[in-house]
Amino acid sequence: MMKNILGREIPGYIEGYGIVTQFEGTFKRGGIKVKKEVKVNSVTPSDEKVLGSIEEVLDKVCLMDGMTISFHHHLRNGDRVLNFVVDAIARRGIKDITLAASSLFPNNIPLIKHIRNGVITKIVTNYMSGPVAQEISRGILKSPVIMHTHGGRARAIESGDLHIDVAFIASPTADTYGNINGLYGKSACGALGYAVSDAMCADRVVAITDNLVPYPTCPIEISQIYVDYILKVDSIGDPAGIVSGTTKITKDPVGLKIAKMASDVMVSSGLVKNEMSFQTGAGGISLAVAAELRKYMKENGIVGSFASGGITGYLVDMFKEGLFRSLFDVQCFDLEAIESYVNSHKHQRMSASMYGNPDNKGAVVNNLDIVILGATEIDTDFNVNVTTGSDGAIMGGSGGHSDTAAGAKLTIIVTQLTKARLPIIKDSVTTVTTPGESIDVIVTERGIAVNPKRIDIINKLKDTNLPIMTIQELKAIAEKMTGKPKDIKFSNEIVAVIEYRDGSVIDVVRRPL
Amino acid sequence: MPGNTPAMLQDAGILGADSIILDLEDAVSLTEKDSARILVREAIKNVDYSNVEVVVRINPFTTEFSQRDIDIIARVKPDTLMVPKATEEELKAINKILTEIEVQEGFDTGSIKLIPIVETAYGVENVYNIIKSCDRIVGVLLGGEDLTSDLGIKRTKEGEEVFYARNRVAIACKAMKVDSIDTPFTDTNDFEGLSKDTFKARSLGFTGKAAINPRQIDTIHSVYAPTKEEIKYAKRVLEAMEEAEKEGKGVFSLDGKMVDAPVINRAKNTIELAKLLVLV
Repeated sequence: MMKNILGREIPGYIEGYGIVTQFEGTFKRGGIKVKKEVKVNSVTPSDEKVLGSIEEVLDKVCLMDGMTISFHHHLRNGDRVLNFVVDAIARRGIKDITLAASSLFPNNIPLIKHIRNGVITKIVTNYMSGPVAQEISRGILKSPVIMHTHGGRARAIESGDLHIDVAFIASPTADTYGNINGLYGKSACGALGYAVSDAMCADRVVAITDNLVPYPTCPIEISQIYVDYILKVDSIGDPAGIVSGTTKITKDPVGLKIAKMASDVMVSSGLVKNEMSFQTGAGGISLAVAAELRKYMKENGIVGSFASGGITGYLVDMFKEGLFRSLFDVQCFDLEAIESYVNSHKHQRMSASMYGNPDNKGAVVNNLDIVILGATEIDTDFNVNVTTGSDGAIMGGSGGHSDTAAGAKLTIIVTQLTKARLPIIKDSVTTVTTPGESIDVIVTERGIAVNPKRIDIINKLKDTNLPIMTIQELKAIAEKMTGKPKDIKFSNEIVAVIEYRDGSVIDVVRRPL
Repeated sequence: MPGNTPAMLQDAGILGADSIILDLEDAVSLTEKDSARILVREAIKNVDYSNVEVVVRINPFTTEFSQRDIDIIARVKPDTLMVPKATEEELKAINKILTEIEVQEGFDTGSIKLIPIVETAYGVENVYNIIKSCDRIVGVLLGGEDLTSDLGIKRTKEGEEVFYARNRVAIACKAMKVDSIDTPFTDTNDFEGLSKDTFKARSLGFTGKAAINPRQIDTIHSVYAPTKEEIKYAKRVLEAMEEAEKEGKGVFSLDGKMVDAPVINRAKNTIELAKLLVLV
């Protein structure tokens, strides 16, 4: 057992994962990179791509024991494709499948039985919530789940670290030759940024659609040159679950106060100026920060270069008002975002690789000035946990957290100082998702802490009226209200390996007792 | 803040208000009165409200709850008790009870202040006597909803129906040198309406306005906050005053206009308010 530079105890070899490359810092593994070779089954004019049933699909792609299959999560909690395919695989008696899903949600509950009966024995994902995450935390999976960042997943696929045998791409619209877009059809979800690397690098690619249209469809997000087969089904998703439910500005006065303070920090940093770039989440406080920024940009005639990430209607409104020249969209969070993506060429899709892959020739996150992020826990070294909850079980994951934090000039965490009677700031987080070296400022309702390494920001904030304090002081305020919670007890069994975006292991999750 | 909601009691002090009202009256149902009283007592004992004035709205003195409210809450020394539908007789009686508690607990006599709510026709007509009833009174809150109910008239957003009551309360308070706090604006999503209503209260002489939702605080402050130009002018008045004093001049002029005592007082008030709102 060794400790990495963050003091996390991680074995040099993990059963079911392999040899561990320890995390050494945010940009320690750059340099010349080699992309994997991709196997292509060439298609002739007489070949038919549209197949009649999932059984025929599984025959054609020669799905067998031990293979890796992949899915994207653009249909979120409304997705029907993942469960549909895995059920079909299970019916064939196929075992030992590695499931590489960009995220897993509560609706993936049928996976639990497939894990128990050995159909799925490995999972690779960027985010997981709900019963599957809880069960995996209890140790039902044979090998530890590997958790990537969004950019890290694209890197792993493109480098060959994560080899995909068959990618199943839920396609809101597909034509008869495999051109895909997410813009139209009853299950429209907008940009398909998370599916691009899968399509480009998997040995076999299957588009599963409930909106099969005559060739060619327009626009083309994922091209026919990557797609082997197309399957028409009745429904790929439940529209109610596709649109995210969190895209409203908070009305909570505490959240609004945090947002106002975060906005004051951004303005004081000097980064809020013409050509600025900005990313924020879809949560209530994150959107309230956008609302404050919008007000300031309007009052001061500021026009930014781009806003990025998962795009919400709120960012679309700012874009339409001329506050940003363009949008970089990896996934649309609501119908307004989808509509904007359809209608404006300046609302551009980006793939997960373009978004955050550290091993390409420059990701969008590298161009970010400011990112607003959340946290489940933060420690006094500014490390952030968004992977495990207060019971030690997995309830999330990095997604784009680590990617944007690494790239942005100013990374601000917005959070209430206490949540559900627990303090957010601890001596040591349960799980490190994002390293403290890429976190700059923490804004809570009771005070603001700046990473001591960011002397430039400290200097810019010291003459403001903002309640600046050390993270230890902030921790003391929280503990005065809540007391110090007991540490969670863990077994030695590793249930998840947390890979940083560069593929090194930043932490592991052990099974809580 | 409803007295029976721990999360709100915990966060009440950080929302930017100058005073917070922890409520035991209308926001608390009859079955929750006991628990609210205990929660408010513990909040005052344990939560750090820093420089924010802690006001507890007790139940009307005519109800069975008020004596217990006073006895439990006064012993943890809130800054102020707020008394609904208060008459001068009731305030005198409360003054007496508070004095006894203060002696028993070793607090300075008169240290717990009172803010009566004027929310009946009788209260409006009698507001001057209400303020005079005891030395603990530091302000009056006008309650527009109950007042219009008492008058049997409709409450409107424009508030013309409480124009007289506003005038009378604001002037009586000014005469007695206590704060006058305007009735809350009840549409919590209409910030433009809130701004207009607050501006009206300010122009009638109210020294503050009650917020019914924390999201209203910024708007109210922005109306009461002196503008950059007002602050700049006030600074120039006070600088000119200092110059004149050095030169031994009793009266002086600025920008060709005579500066007299009211102008100087207004300038002093502007700077004081600007300091309070951290604008200078």
